Amino acid sequence: MIRLTGVAKTYRTRQGDPVEALGETSLTVAENEFVTLVGPSGCGKSTLLKLVAGLVPVTRGEIHVRDKLVREPFPDVGFVFQQPVLLPWRSVLDNVLFSVEMLGLDPRPYRKPAGDLLELTGLAGFEAKYPHELSGGMQQRVAICRALLPDPGLLLMDEPFGALDAMTREEMSLELLRIWEERRKTILFVTHSIPEAILLADRVVVMSPRPGRIVRVISVDLPRPRTMDMEFDTRFKTRSDEVRSLIFSGRKERA
Amino acid sequence: MRLVRRLFGEALVPVATLVTALVLWEAATRVFRIPRFIMPPPSAILAEGWQWRYRFIQHTWVTLYETLGGFALSMVVGVPLAVLIVYSPILRGALYPLIVLAQSVPKIAIAPVLLLVLGYGEVPKMVVAFLVAFFPVVIDTATGLNATPPELLDLSRSYRASALKTFLKVRLPMALPFIFAGAKVAITLAVIGAVVGEFVGSDKGLGYVILSATSYWKTELAFSAMILLSLMAIVLFAAVSLVERLTCPWLVPEREA
Repeated sequence: MIRLTGVAKTYRTRQGDPVEALGETSLTVAENEFVTLVGPSGCGKSTLLKLVAGLVPVTRGEIHVRDKLVREPFPDVGFVFQQPVLLPWRSVLDNVLFSVEMLGLDPRPYRKPAGDLLELTGLAGFEAKYPHELSGGMQQRVAICRALLPDPGLLLMDEPFGALDAMTREEMSLELLRIWEERRKTILFVTHSIPEAILLADRVVVMSPRPGRIVRVISVDLPRPRTMDMEFDTRFKTRSDEVRSLIFSGRKERA
Repeated sequence: MRLVRRLFGEALVPVATLVTALVLWEAATRVFRIPRFIMPPPSAILAEGWQWRYRFIQHTWVTLYETLGGFALSMVVGVPLAVLIVYSPILRGALYPLIVLAQSVPKIAIAPVLLLVLGYGEVPKMVVAFLVAFFPVVIDTATGLNATPPELLDLSRSYRASALKTFLKVRLPMALPFIFAGAKVAITLAVIGAVVGEFVGSDKGLGYVILSATSYWKTELAFSAMILLSLMAIVLFAAVSLVERLTCPWLVPEREA
């Protein structure tokens, strides 16, 4: 589905100094695979998502999505950010419809699917409410519905649960998996949380900063559907120790 | 009933304070025998205002008309100007210094020149009101347009929405609260601008009344015109606030629900 070959990104600061956000990176993601990117701040995780979406051009290398070279944004992508960034003047239902409207589609035939998505995420009955009437977790669910409505093949999630409290966060992770079981998609999911990265993923991409690069790709061999109890599974523990030591050894190197 | 009681409860303290101040004022002018042309008692101001009530209708209308004209100009010019500045770096470089320059010139200093160029009548007063009022509209609108979360702009770009669509569906509505903040400042400044214009040269309007009343030592008349001006500014400000609440209902804080 996604193929990154020797992709690198260098930004220029206002003073014109080059900053290497992402060093040479190669990665292949299969159709309907759930891949999480984990690593400390500044390791180029968010940059990688924007590159895949075609929002910023690569400095070197090539990105292919479904064998097509990415040069500009393409409509088969759904984006979810750390903040829900809903439109405060739109009702929940109209916020979900925002994505198809921006895609230039007629929103009317999407009202029913939008309602179904809201029901799937436990927001049935909230269609006419406004964002400020919802909790942070509910707002993020609306943002997920908005991303899912055009039924994109690829879902890019940039720390989507990062601003939520720990309990809501766990609940949302499991809910995302449940939605993903029902509507399979390729997901690239950026997170700071090691347990979250392992619980969700088929494969965990561990990254290190300055310049951002992939340290290792770890396959998670836990059965699906995943549950919270799996955190006590020895395989879970082995994987999270592995990720932790990779991130931690990277820190020592620089010290 | 509860609403009435609440409004009464909220209004009680300010009204009582105002009444006390007026009573003290009235008493002081009588006890200390202050001449009317220095400080007229409230009763004299009220009586003079009542005598002038029919003439005041005409003068108030003129000043209101000039104020609204200047305010409308400041919105019609200020908002598009802000859009140009935000969207085009070249126009920003070209226009921004001019706007700041226009703002830094004291309006009272240009008013005589403007009247010289544009002549008598209401239009030059509208232009002065516009010049005084448009700056906050430009600055607040530009700030509002730049306040759109970058994620929303990324989202719009990833859906390949046109710049116009992103502007109409995202950036402009996101900027509305800022535009209204600018409009609320502008409406009160427009009143000042209209009065400044009238001071420089006119034969009608509340500013003209104040100027001619003081030159005839009729301080109580000047005071009543001032009170009318303040009332006008308050009503106009409340009107803009009302429009804001009607167009941006999502800004109403939850505590009022």
